[in-house]
Amino acid sequence: MNLTHDFSPTPEVDLASGKYVKIWHGPQHPGITGNMSLELTLCGDEIVNCKTHVGYLHRGFEKLMERRTYIQNFPLVCRIAVPEPTFNEYLYSAGIEDLAGIEVPELAKWLRCLNLELMRLGSFLMWLGGASGAFGMSTVYQWTVTHRDYILDLFEEMTGARIYHMYISPGGVRAPLPDGFKDRCLMVMKKVEKLLYEVETTVLNNAVFKKRAIGLGVISSDMVDAYGVTGPNQRAAGYARDTRKDSPYLVYEQLDFDVITATGSDAFDRTIVRYQEMHQCVSLIRQMLDRMPTDGAFHTPTPNVLHWKIPAGETYVKAECTRGEYGYYIETDGSEYVRRVHIRGPSYTHAIAVMEKLVIGANIADVAGLMVSLHTYPPEIER
Amino acid sequence: MIEALKQRLSEHFQLTNLTIKNAGLAFLWVEKHELEMLLRQLRDFEGYTHLSFIIASDHIEKNQFKLTYMLHNYDTKHDLGVHVDISRVNASMHSIHPLWAQAWTYQRELKEMYGIDFPESPRVDEDFCLEGWDDMPPMRRDFDTVKYCEEHFDDRDGRATEENRQTMKVNIYPERGE
Repeated sequence: MNLTHDFSPTPEVDLASGKYVKIWHGPQHPGITGNMSLELTLCGDEIVNCKTHVGYLHRGFEKLMERRTYIQNFPLVCRIAVPEPTFNEYLYSAGIEDLAGIEVPELAKWLRCLNLELMRLGSFLMWLGGASGAFGMSTVYQWTVTHRDYILDLFEEMTGARIYHMYISPGGVRAPLPDGFKDRCLMVMKKVEKLLYEVETTVLNNAVFKKRAIGLGVISSDMVDAYGVTGPNQRAAGYARDTRKDSPYLVYEQLDFDVITATGSDAFDRTIVRYQEMHQCVSLIRQMLDRMPTDGAFHTPTPNVLHWKIPAGETYVKAECTRGEYGYYIETDGSEYVRRVHIRGPSYTHAIAVMEKLVIGANIADVAGLMVSLHTYPPEIER
Repeated sequence: MIEALKQRLSEHFQLTNLTIKNAGLAFLWVEKHELEMLLRQLRDFEGYTHLSFIIASDHIEKNQFKLTYMLHNYDTKHDLGVHVDISRVNASMHSIHPLWAQAWTYQRELKEMYGIDFPESPRVDEDFCLEGWDDMPPMRRDFDTVKYCEEHFDDRDGRATEENRQTMKVNIYPERGE
């Protein structure tokens, strides 16, 4: 197996020759997802070198968590990925439960899974708007963000909050579903489905989008494992790998869904995979609303959180977020404080090593589209 | 499965410990000088082709860093964490970027955050998150965040803090406090 990579130094660029221009793409730029920068060297319109710069959002979460009790970390973790906080809540709780030997009630597993899929759909809607905007179709952004807001309304009902829900806590969830939630949720799913068909007509079948996205940023199959590519970026390269199927968690084993793949591995196919996964989200949410238990415990009693000590140990828990493998490595030493937490976000490799490689040879006008097609969140790089 | 893997690996490597967490996750310890060969063996012959991450944890009481290389086997759906203990003094480790191209990013971060050097790793001396940082690597246990903040930032009115545990016990959960 050859997973190696050519690290030979990039050719010297003589900026004084007038042949090259160096520009900064970001950290504040509509074509950048979150706050990070690309230091681009251009020859005409073509990119000949790229260095990524991160750190604009570094808040030291992993360090902060070492100095706080387990329950104090609970409202902290959701801040790590703004558009998709729920995965942090779930994985932190799952890690703590694994180390403390806590069994989660059946209803809580369904509610967690529903929460995660709603989050996935909301996050994909936001991404879809950004992706359309990056290719010059900003109107679509208004549509998708409106529909994301309908999902935030559902979150508000379910959890009491729109963005940082703090709903999934160690031991279960904070509340059951409110009365009438199922009907309102199904109504939103109907609206989202209608929107998706409109997006298919206006974006996916758009000649300009196809012309620009097909062949852009191809992730070759030998890059996938060498660069740790996961999620839709990997599935668009033909790999049927999905943590929900491969290492099922919560209630995914009881739900009917297939792993969606494509073969082109370019910006267009990555969009198609995510588009189909949005339909899949709607299907999964409907299945859960139909099948989940209507009563029962939603939280297991936990020790007094003021004096909660967790036995020494270590674990790694992971889930499939919109961007790929999201994981928490947690190490405990028997005290009231976590010894070490590491948050593994897919953007770490997608936004740095993969981006730096794919952007070489691209046109400056396509950088935003390429970056959005990798679906990256800088905060999970810097943690 | 993991026992059989251990058996096969033990024929070539000096594995110091193995912890099986569950059917899908295990951790093993290896000596520093054997790490690269072990990872190569796991990648090329045992199917652990995916490197999830590389991290360090500071075990200051033992004067050691524990490095963790988390691997995944897509065929057996198994995660394997490989641990290596290295000294905190002049901490240094072999680079594994020839095995996984993405490794250089993790190694660059470990140099910045823990001061662990990876001499052969590309761009290892470039800043990662902290531009112009000239203090102790901040993820080390002995880095005092409060002291650093007091030295570098001014107090702001209205930012007085109370001791969290006392506040929770007295004001928030008076009936549950012990």
